Amino acid sequence: MTVAAIKDLLYRLADDALILGHRNSEWIGMGPILEEDIAFASMAQDEVGHALCYYQLLQELGEPEPDQAAFARSAEQFRCCHLVELPIGDYAFSLVRHYLFDMADMVRLRRLSESRYRHLAELARKLAREEKYHQMHARTFLQQLGRAGGEAQARLQAALDEAYPVAFSLFEPTLHSATLAQEGVQPLEDQLMKEWRQEVDPFLRSCGLLLPDPGDITEHFGGRGGRHTPHLAPLLAEMTEVFAIDPAAKW
Amino acid sequence: MPDSLDPRVGRLGLSGESGPLEAPALDQWQNYEVFQQRRRGEQHVHVGALHAPNAELALLLAKEQFGRREQCASLWVVRSADIHASAYEDADMFQHAFDKSYREGSGYRVKDTIETFKAQLDALLLQPEVPAAQPEPAAPPVPPAGTDAWKVYRLPDAGKGPRKVFVKR
Repeated sequence: MTVAAIKDLLYRLADDALILGHRNSEWIGMGPILEEDIAFASMAQDEVGHALCYYQLLQELGEPEPDQAAFARSAEQFRCCHLVELPIGDYAFSLVRHYLFDMADMVRLRRLSESRYRHLAELARKLAREEKYHQMHARTFLQQLGRAGGEAQARLQAALDEAYPVAFSLFEPTLHSATLAQEGVQPLEDQLMKEWRQEVDPFLRSCGLLLPDPGDITEHFGGRGGRHTPHLAPLLAEMTEVFAIDPAAKW
Repeated sequence: MPDSLDPRVGRLGLSGESGPLEAPALDQWQNYEVFQQRRRGEQHVHVGALHAPNAELALLLAKEQFGRREQCASLWVVRSADIHASAYEDADMFQHAFDKSYREGSGYRVKDTIETFKAQLDALLLQPEVPAAQPEPAAPPVPPAGTDAWKVYRLPDAGKGPRKVFVKR
């Protein structure tokens, strides 16, 4: 019935959180200032924790245990979107991506907390509490840097021009999207995208940023079907390096 | 330029002339002192300092630096520059020339009474429910008036402390 659709959704959520969490953790020790380094690393760790929660739900549905799901799949088996795969870029890019992603997360978790799939609804309510700080962090930095003008604003704008069109990949529909909506698990991806734009667009303008034309958003689709950017495979190779030495090791 | 092997001195770009060194405004982020309140109603306690360009970001960053590892109900941030401190050279003004221990919180005599009372109460509560073959005046539990969920203990004289204590079982 809908189990296949729910697994599809959970893998998307889990892989997005894991890959972005890993990406953002690349800033550890290199953040712009010690305090922000710690804050950003802590949020990256939160995302990996969220991924674990989703993998645990998947395990209850008969999928492999979380370590296997995270470390023993090939790039084609991952269901993350293109936005989270992109390299960290400069700090402006990582900040803008963090904002775009966490706002999408907020919109989705808000709807998932009313999901008819009760396990997921409960989890969504729990995760939303942790996401509150993520949104506050992203909003405050964007607001202050955007309104500062000068180099700060110029670098944010360049980052937004790059990240904004790719961010629509968060809402790439899958074969199961219609089923998920019919069964009351979550709304259609199109609907979520609309709600996300209602949050994101006016806010970005209020930060003194120009909204880029997203163009053909389907250009960045493919991740949900296992077709990824060339950046994912090297990331997985690095992330799974230790695990691959002895996949059966007990930690 | 003073000759120094310490790179920090080199970075300062000292001119060699005497006089105060003035850094341009916001060349660096400012220092903020952080105060954490664990539970509502408790006092805010100083927990450390951090760098931030303004108060809003100081609060934002303080959450991850100080509110992450333990319980936290609220945070305060104050610009370090806004704190006025007494000088350590003047620390001798806190020393009393004569014995004025009566001014100190621990100087109150009632403290002894409270300590004695606490010790006696503990001793009483640790006794078996029905003390076997105890001498008569040694405080047998008096049955409570009205309710039987309470036990009344008579305490021996303990300074000005209470003479009776009601203990709910």
